[in-house]
Amino acid sequence: MKEYLIPLHQLPLGSTARVRKIVAEGNIRRRMLDLGLIADTMVEALQKSPSGDPTAYQIRGAVIALRSEEASKIIVSID
Amino acid sequence: MGLELIIALAGNPNVGKSTVFNSLTGLRQHTGNWPGKTVSNARGQYRHKDREFTLVDIPGTYSLMANSVEEEVARDYICFGRPDATVVVADATCLERNLILVLQTLEITDKVVVCVNLMDEAQKKKIKINLKDLSKCLGVPVVGTSARNNRGLKDLMAAVDRVVRRDTLMQPLKVTYGDDIEKAIVSIEPYIKRMTGDQINSRWAAVKLLDGDERMSSALQKHCDGNLFNDKILSGQLDAARSILAENGIKPGDLRDRIISCTVRVAEKISRLVVTFENENYNSLDRRIDRVVTSQLFGIPVMLGLLGVIFWLTIAGANYPSKIIASFLFLVEDRLTEMFLSAGWPDWLHGLLVLGMYRTLAWVVAVMLPPMAIFFPLFTLLEDLGYLPRIAFNLDNFFKKACAHGKQALTMCMGFGCNAAGVVGCRIIESPRERLIAILTNVFVPCNGRFPTLIAISSIFIGGSLSGAFRSVFSALTLMGVIVLGVLMTLLISRLLSSTLLKGLPSSFTLELPPYRRPRVGQIIIRSVLDRTFFVLGRAAAVAAPAGMVIWSMANIQVGGASLLEHGAGFLQPLAGLLGLDGYILMGFILGFPANEIILPIIIMSYMAEGSMLTIDSLEALQQLLVSHGWTWLTAVCVMLFSLMHYPCGTTLWTIKKETRSIKWTVISFLVPTITGIAVCFLVATIVRMLGLI
Repeated sequence: MKEYLIPLHQLPLGSTARVRKIVAEGNIRRRMLDLGLIADTMVEALQKSPSGDPTAYQIRGAVIALRSEEASKIIVSID
Repeated sequence: MGLELIIALAGNPNVGKSTVFNSLTGLRQHTGNWPGKTVSNARGQYRHKDREFTLVDIPGTYSLMANSVEEEVARDYICFGRPDATVVVADATCLERNLILVLQTLEITDKVVVCVNLMDEAQKKKIKINLKDLSKCLGVPVVGTSARNNRGLKDLMAAVDRVVRRDTLMQPLKVTYGDDIEKAIVSIEPYIKRMTGDQINSRWAAVKLLDGDERMSSALQKHCDGNLFNDKILSGQLDAARSILAENGIKPGDLRDRIISCTVRVAEKISRLVVTFENENYNSLDRRIDRVVTSQLFGIPVMLGLLGVIFWLTIAGANYPSKIIASFLFLVEDRLTEMFLSAGWPDWLHGLLVLGMYRTLAWVVAVMLPPMAIFFPLFTLLEDLGYLPRIAFNLDNFFKKACAHGKQALTMCMGFGCNAAGVVGCRIIESPRERLIAILTNVFVPCNGRFPTLIAISSIFIGGSLSGAFRSVFSALTLMGVIVLGVLMTLLISRLLSSTLLKGLPSSFTLELPPYRRPRVGQIIIRSVLDRTFFVLGRAAAVAAPAGMVIWSMANIQVGGASLLEHGAGFLQPLAGLLGLDGYILMGFILGFPANEIILPIIIMSYMAEGSMLTIDSLEALQQLLVSHGWTWLTAVCVMLFSLMHYPCGTTLWTIKKETRSIKWTVISFLVPTITGIAVCFLVATIVRMLGLI
C-alpha cells in the first residue's frame, strides 16, 4: 500500500492520519510533544472554526485546536 | 516530622482539580470547565484522622518541562516545595494524555497518589478503567474519584495518609530512555547526589542538566544548598556526557524529544493495558454539539444568540424583583427617618447615616442584586458546560489577525467575572509580548462591577418609550452591542499595540476543547449566588457605605454659596460635556475608582442630594430623576461607553502592577482604555450633536 505524506493542515476533515515527523522547532515543538504528538500518533481532523482556522484535531483522546501555521509543521501520512 | 503536612495537587488543566480541592477543603474556590483556571497556588486545609493536611492547588499543566510560567510554578513546587505528598489528578475520560504528567511527576518524587477523577463521566461514556492494574503499573496508590459527587474522596485522603506515613509499598515506575541516554545519566548522577543530598531527585536533576535546561540550573541554585551552578567538576562531567551522547548520534536538541517520546510511549502502553472503551464512539455527542456551536454557519450566531438570551433573561427577570426590593428598602428608609425624628437626633446625623449611607446601600442592593442573581448563575452554567473554550476556538482567527494570542479570548472571558482575575489569568499566555497585550486590553470587557451599571442603564433608560417585552429585548440588544463593541475594541487595540508599542508576530498556540460536562444546577446556583453575587455585592456595599457618607457630606458642606459637590461637578462639567456626560457623572467615575460597582449609586446620590427629589421607590422614578437632570439617550449611551472604556479599577491596576512588575506598563494600562474611552465618547457625542439627532 502506498502512503502519502502531507502536512497536517491539509488533512481533510473526518480523516485520520499517522504522524511521521514534527518539523516545528523550539517552544511549539515542545508543546506538541507534551500533548503526545510524537511519531506514529494517530490524529483525526474533526472540524474547522467558523472562520476556517484553527482546526480541531482528536489527539490521544483529547480534542486540541491548532492554527494552520502549527498544523503545517506536522507531517502526517495517509494510506 | 513537621506539624503541618503539605500535599501538592497537580494535574492537567481541566481535570476537575479545583473541584477535588474544594471538596476536600470545603473552600469554594471558583472552578470552571476550561483550561487555565488555577493560575497561582491556592491553599486550603482538611483534617483526616486528627491530622491537619494543607492542600496546595498548583496550576494545571500538560507537562513539567517548564515551557511556560505556570509549568515552571508547578514544577518548582513539586520539586523544591518539598510537599509531603503529591496528588496528581487525572481525567478518566482522557487517561492516556494525563498519564504523561503522572509519569513526569513520578520522575521527580516517589510520594505520589494518582487520583483518577471524573469516573462518573467515564462511566457515562462506557470507558472502563482498571484502577488496580493501573496502580500496579505505576507502583503508587491509585484512587478513582468523582469529586463533583463527593465520591472516592475518603479513599483519596486515606491513600494520601498512607503515603505520608510511608505505610504503603511504593515502587514508582521510572521511564527509561534507552541505553545511550541512561549511560549519560549514570555518568553524572552520583556527583549530583553527593552535592545535593536528599534535597532533590538526582536522576531527574541529571536529566534536566543534560538537557541544558537553563531555568533548571538557576532553580537548582536558588533552592539547593550545594552550589551546582558554575561547578567546574559538574560542567566537566556534563561536557563528557554530552559528547558520549553526540557520538551516539543524539544532538543536544534531540534529548528532550527522545525523553518525552519515551514517556508518551509508556503512557500509551499503560493506557492500552488498563483502559477499555466499550463504546468506540464515546464522544460522538460532544462532536455533534461542536459541529453546531463551532460550525462555519452557526458558530458566531449561536454565540451571539446565547449572549443575547442571557442578557434578555437578566433584564426581563430582574425588573420586577428590583421594584419590590426598592420599594421595600425605601419603606425601611421612611421608618428609619421617623425613628430619627422621634428620637430627636440632629439633622446632620440623619442625613449622614440615612440619606447618605443607607440610601446608597439601598440603591446598590436594589439595582445590583437581582440582575447579578440571574446573570451569574447563567454565565456559570456556560462555564460549567465547557462552552468558553469554544468561544476561544470561534474567535481565534480574529485574535490571530490582531497579532494577539488565541488564549486571549479565554482571559477576556475571565474579565467578564473580574478584570483583576482576568489580568492574573493572562499568565496562561507564554509569550511576554502577547501577555502584555492581553493584560492591557482586559479592561475592555465589563466586569461584575460594571455589568450592573450597564444592565441598569440599558433597562431603565434605553428603549424607555417601548413597552413590555419589546423594551427588555431592546435593552438586551443594546447590552449585547456594548459587549460586541468591547470585543471589537479589544481586537482593535491589540492590533494597534502590536504594531506600535509591542511589535511582533502572533506566536503559536494550542487550545484544548474539553468534553462537555453535564452541569450540576444546584451547585451552580449555590456557587454563583454565594461566591459571586454576594461577594460582589459585599464589596460594593463596603465601598458604597463610606462613599455614601462622603457624597452626602460633599453635597451638604457649603463653600462660597455652593456645595463641594457642585464645585466639583462644575469644575468637571466642561470636559464631561464634551464627552456627552455631565460633571456629576464624571465625578462618579472618578470617585468610583476603588470599585466600579458604586459609580451609578454615586451619580444617583449626587442628583438626589441636589434636593430635586426626596425618595425614589421605583425604576421609573429613577428614570425621571435622570431625565430631570438632563439625561438624554445620548447621555445613557455615553455613560455606557465610558463605563466600558475607562481606567481599570484600583484592584485591577494594583494587580497589573504586580503582574507586570513595571510602573511603565501600569501607567500605560491606565492610559490606553482612558484615552480610548474619551476619544470614543467625544466622537459619538460630537457626531450626534452635529447631525442634530438630539
